[in-house]
Amino acid sequence: MSGTIDGTSVPKLPRGVRFREDKTRGGYILVGPERIFNIDGVAVEILKRVDGETSLDGIVADLSKVFAASDDVIRPDVEAFFLDLRDKQMLTL
Amino acid sequence: MSETLLDRRDAPAPSRPPRPEPPIGLLAELTHRCPLRCTYCSNPIELETRSAELDTETWKRVFTQAAELGVIHVHLSGGEPTARKDIVELTRHAAEVGLYTNLITSGVGVSEDQLDALVEAGCDHIQLSMQGADPEITVAVAGMKGAFERKQAFAEQVVRRGVPLTLNSVIHRQNIHQVPVMIEKAVEFGAKRIEIAHTQYYGWALKNRAQLMPAKADVDRTIEEVKEARERLKGTLVIDAVFPDYYARYPKLCNGGWGTRTLSVTPSGKVLPCHAAETLKHLDFWTVRDHGLADIWYESPAFEAYRGTGWMKEPCRSCERREVDFGGCRCQALALTGDPNATDPACIKSPHHERIGDLARTEASLSTDPGAVTYRNFGAA
Repeated sequence: MSGTIDGTSVPKLPRGVRFREDKTRGGYILVGPERIFNIDGVAVEILKRVDGETSLDGIVADLSKVFAASDDVIRPDVEAFFLDLRDKQMLTL
Repeated sequence: MSETLLDRRDAPAPSRPPRPEPPIGLLAELTHRCPLRCTYCSNPIELETRSAELDTETWKRVFTQAAELGVIHVHLSGGEPTARKDIVELTRHAAEVGLYTNLITSGVGVSEDQLDALVEAGCDHIQLSMQGADPEITVAVAGMKGAFERKQAFAEQVVRRGVPLTLNSVIHRQNIHQVPVMIEKAVEFGAKRIEIAHTQYYGWALKNRAQLMPAKADVDRTIEEVKEARERLKGTLVIDAVFPDYYARYPKLCNGGWGTRTLSVTPSGKVLPCHAAETLKHLDFWTVRDHGLADIWYESPAFEAYRGTGWMKEPCRSCERREVDFGGCRCQALALTGDPNATDPACIKSPHHERIGDLARTEASLSTDPGAVTYRNFGAA
């Protein structure tokens, strides 16, 4: 399952993974089987755009508008984040 | 940036805050009834009976309170949780109040209709126990004929419905040679994750320890096997492993720290910091029949008893690791030294450490005698 990611890849949270607000402690969490990850800052903005329909290109384009930065600056971080989540079984591409 | 974005929240807490953090996990032991009779069962010797079990409304109240308290994962367990007629209703309620629901099952008695209903009710994840990687070992460990075949069919049904599946395999001398095959079975079954969990010697397992304890060389081999498989199967299968502490140099942190990360509710409603804690007879465990969950977590003397470092004696008190492992496991300290406040003998600083290692080596060298293991008997439960 390891492999590449390209602009047309559509990131999706698989069944059994939930991204939600943590009202007790504040902030956001990504929850999977026996796993809880704190999601902060830019990562929250990335995951809010993971809807199972928008491609990597779409997500990067939207983020570069919001953060007023070029695609080239944002894309490597977003890709690395998605690949890391995929290795942890928290995301499909 | 990816690593810094993914600090694991369930990593051990570094030190004790002034007020305890809210718990992240709740182990709901819905019943002690179970169709399997496993030799390594970690439930207490004295099981709670069906007539003592909490009713549906009380469990629902507990789940609502758990979500309010900040619990994220609820583990529906037992015994066999699907032995409860209200398992679907309880799952639905837990999901509705926002809990991540993990069903921990033997998989041998779940019909396809029941599975459909559980999935529809919002079950997020299923954890299936595997006693062996083939029918022979499975029957030898679980004491039930046909269990392996039923588990295999159940795994297939779960995966077909798109629900993430974890296999949980408790390892001991009867099945330690099967670790690599067990990992292959997980891939074959379509599981996303496997737990290779060496037996922790509590409850029934402690009774069978002499027949379960593996040799150190075999343990070391499984550590290498897990390491190799983890690298090879990255992206396909997550492998979590727990190694036995009789051969360790330092003790394990009790369930992420006593009263720090998780709590357990027994079938009759007693609330424990970990599911083996009832062996600590000097503590008074409050029940959900009398108290709210938040009250128990923040106010009950039993949860306060071993939080932090104030209770420690030497050598724990002045140890540089006192806030790393917090003296280890209180139940193990009591079981192996007679003193619940002693250093867990898994620690090299414990005066009992050498004796425990010798004991493990001696027991591991005993010939395995199928007649010498004692299967659980639920006739009375």
